[in-house]
Amino acid sequence: MSDTTQTGPMRAADGTPLKKSLARALRRQKLRALMLIAPLLIFILVTFIAPIADMLFRSVENQIVADTLPNTVRALKSWDPETGELPGEPVFAGLAVDLQTAAELKIHTKLGSRLNYESPGISSLFRQSGRKVDDIGKEFQKRFVALHPAWKSGETWAALMGSDEWLEQARGWSRDQGPEPRFRLRKSAANALPRTGEVYLAFARDVQGTGRKAVSAEKPWPVLFTALAQDLGQASPEDIAAIDGPAAPLVQQAAAAISSFEPYSYRDAFIQMDKAWGEIGTWEVIKLYSPRYTPAYFLNAVDLELTPHGIEPAPENERIYLKLFWRTLWMSLLITFCCLALGYPVAWLLANLPSSKSNLLMILVLLPFWTSLLVRTSAWKILLQQQGVINDVLVWLGLIDDANRLVMINNKFGTIVAMTHILLPFMILPLFSVMKTIPPTYLRAAKSLGATPWTAFWRVYFPQSVPGIGAGSILVFILAIGYYITPELVGGTQGVFISNRIAYHISTSLNWGLAAALGSILLAAVLVLYYTYDKIVGIDNVKLG
Amino acid sequence: MFDDKTGADAAFVEFDRVQKSYDGETLVVKDLNLSIRKGEFLTMLGPSGSGKTTCLMMLAGFETATSGEIRLAGRPINNIPPHKRGIGMVFQNYALFPHMTVAENLAFPLEVRGIGKSEREEKVKRALDMVQMGDFAGRRPAQLSGGQQQRIALARALVFEPELVLMDEPLGALDKQLREHMQFEITRLAHELGITTVYVTHDQTEALTMSDNIAVFNDGRIQQLAPPAVLYEEPMNSFVAQFIGENNTLLGTVKEIKGDTCLVQLDHGELIDARPVNVSKPGDRTRVSIRPERVETNKARLQPGAHTLKAQVLEFIYMGDIFRTRLRVAGNDNFIVKTRNAPDQVRLQPGTEIEIGWLPQDCRALDA
Ligand SMILES: Nc1ncnc2c1ncn2[C@@H]1O[C@H](COP(=O)(O)OP(=O)(O)O)[C@@H](O)[C@H]1O
Ligand SMILES: [Mg+2]
Repeated sequence: MSDTTQTGPMRAADGTPLKKSLARALRRQKLRALMLIAPLLIFILVTFIAPIADMLFRSVENQIVADTLPNTVRALKSWDPETGELPGEPVFAGLAVDLQTAAELKIHTKLGSRLNYESPGISSLFRQSGRKVDDIGKEFQKRFVALHPAWKSGETWAALMGSDEWLEQARGWSRDQGPEPRFRLRKSAANALPRTGEVYLAFARDVQGTGRKAVSAEKPWPVLFTALAQDLGQASPEDIAAIDGPAAPLVQQAAAAISSFEPYSYRDAFIQMDKAWGEIGTWEVIKLYSPRYTPAYFLNAVDLELTPHGIEPAPENERIYLKLFWRTLWMSLLITFCCLALGYPVAWLLANLPSSKSNLLMILVLLPFWTSLLVRTSAWKILLQQQGVINDVLVWLGLIDDANRLVMINNKFGTIVAMTHILLPFMILPLFSVMKTIPPTYLRAAKSLGATPWTAFWRVYFPQSVPGIGAGSILVFILAIGYYITPELVGGTQGVFISNRIAYHISTSLNWGLAAALGSILLAAVLVLYYTYDKIVGIDNVKLG
Repeated sequence: MFDDKTGADAAFVEFDRVQKSYDGETLVVKDLNLSIRKGEFLTMLGPSGSGKTTCLMMLAGFETATSGEIRLAGRPINNIPPHKRGIGMVFQNYALFPHMTVAENLAFPLEVRGIGKSEREEKVKRALDMVQMGDFAGRRPAQLSGGQQQRIALARALVFEPELVLMDEPLGALDKQLREHMQFEITRLAHELGITTVYVTHDQTEALTMSDNIAVFNDGRIQQLAPPAVLYEEPMNSFVAQFIGENNTLLGTVKEIKGDTCLVQLDHGELIDARPVNVSKPGDRTRVSIRPERVETNKARLQPGAHTLKAQVLEFIYMGDIFRTRLRVAGNDNFIVKTRNAPDQVRLQPGTEIEIGWLPQDCRALDA
């Protein structure tokens, strides 16, 4: 009654504003709907979105250099390759610590393989140097032990670097209590001796990770002595004096003695280890790939190279990717067109035959789905090969000479034939479902208006089947552009697609970054095509049923 | 399209002993003979499945006659493909091409005939104005209401000036009011343009209001071909009597035939007068048929000596313009009487016993 006179907002029966209670009801509805699709949403997120995101990330990611050689990369910042001179001693000093640590952790070969993509041969440099690099550490170990024999002992190191609290906990620990209490750095020591702190932390984590021994029972890594020598040479006297704990006197004594150490050239040690360390090219590569993100994979994917002197075309004999992209593109288009040309009449028959006959035809169309892809592809091998059925028949008919059997497999032709066959149902089904909705009266109407059967088809039937053509073509094209198995089996070298190259980098060369970059470009190409299609034909015009 | 050598009254469309079977087992159209004059509006009326559409499709050329001959302007057309027949057609679901605008739809038949652009546009405009849809040339069919689509379909079938137009239940999808309006429009256009029309419907009111002649179809045969008034008032058999309008029937046996009246003994025992239509000799079984509005409840208005029947009033329904009274007559509980709502009209009370009668010529003795 009062509704007509009321001036404020409309209210629900319980007095809350109508808008609010409506929103609440809708929200509850939406939430329930969301919960219903949650499993699917999570599934898609985990199996689709996440891998794509990971791929996009991997195609530019390059953390490994900075993570494995942190000190080297930092020192390299101030080195300019243009000067033509080798990097200075600090770079080699950093490398001494980084490479020894990496070798102890056995991660130096990984870095070697990564850099090997950019500069072939560098992986053996890392592998071989990794084996010898602790000679440097051993040299310094000798010097420290000469100062005081206690340096040999793991307990000395634990007392120096471990925090008081941790030392307390670790003292009471025995193996049957489970894992040793987690190692903590002594603040004052880490402050005065930063490199040593980092290395010792890595050492302690490594020991505790295996869990076999107490940190203090493990023989210290030789690299610790290298790091300690470098730190002591640079630390300020106040920081050294501030070091506390049981091993403080020992390290203060070493600090006092450090200036009396015989001069040591890290650079000479490395160059002696391997001549390659004395080559400027090696350092250029390391510097070039030291940033955490790199466009190099993408450049490689389009036949370019990142060089110290800018972006340059790859060597002639390595330029394969653009050719492969181009081939993938035009062959996919050709396959799509073949599918359309073959599928359109079949779909028309399916939609217009009486149901008893169209059901049989539908089974024939779907039959390929019930046969393994491998079986179908192998069947094409049997048919198309030079000693195969088709060649035999042609020879028997006398159409070709026995000596000149046609090469129909392991080339583009084989790929096109086999893939057209395999993707045909993906064209026929969307076409069929659209044609099914076009009533036959349209054709009759057109004919009654005076159109010849062809005009009736072309002007009336065909335009209405365009959404099906669009849907089928997009489906087939996108499937074709990423197809892998069939080109691999029947494509030979001339008929392979970009996806085969991606698979090669994933499973054989293990260059995942390049594989990811190639994949990202493929994805982008599909999206661009999709966008143009939308602009030209309109995606609303695509109908799957 | 067809040079007209025939006179005005000669047959323009002829079905000559046409038969049609789809499956080779049953005949959907059995021995169809029909001739349609030029300018005639002929309706094929019949229940669903009686073969009307099949006949139309044979005429349009989308189905071939299994035997017999169809002639158009004297020429057999069995072997002429549909697009060369020059017959306009309106389909039940209109079949307007959804991807073309209204104007493009209308231009289509002109375009395929190779008519030039300016002439085309003029004809399209004239056709649209003819159905009062001049403002809708740029619309798509999906943007039109059912009635508007109907008009466009009509205009499209007429725009290339065919001499024969076929319509298969064109108003089936419209609501009652619109249907009545379109019935009027279609007949007006057909007569103004002087085109021959074959119209298919299962709605008897539509057939009665629109046609020059109605062919009543049942079971693949024409049951009766006659103008609407004749069909209604003088049905030739009991199917037509039942199918067209409302009808009371009583079963009986012919006693004697005297000229244009006969005496029928009903199965209930009573004797009545009737006009013999489908009976030839005494002893024939017959179904007599009387229209509800021809039954007289006021004895004073009957001819002296006319046979009357006792009736019991079962139900009285007030329908505004008329009264509808249900009676029990000669064992038939569904005997309907319609009376005009006039000031002196008696309203019969249920339960009362009355006597009813009719003029002998209104009571037709048909086949049983
Ligand atoms: N294309 C066809 N194939 C087989 N039988 C058909 C076909 N079209 C119609 N029929 C049959 O022919 C009979 C007459 O159909 P139809 O001419 O459409 O009747 P109406 O239009 O009077 O309702 C029906 O029994 C129908 O089942
Ligand atoms: Mg029909």
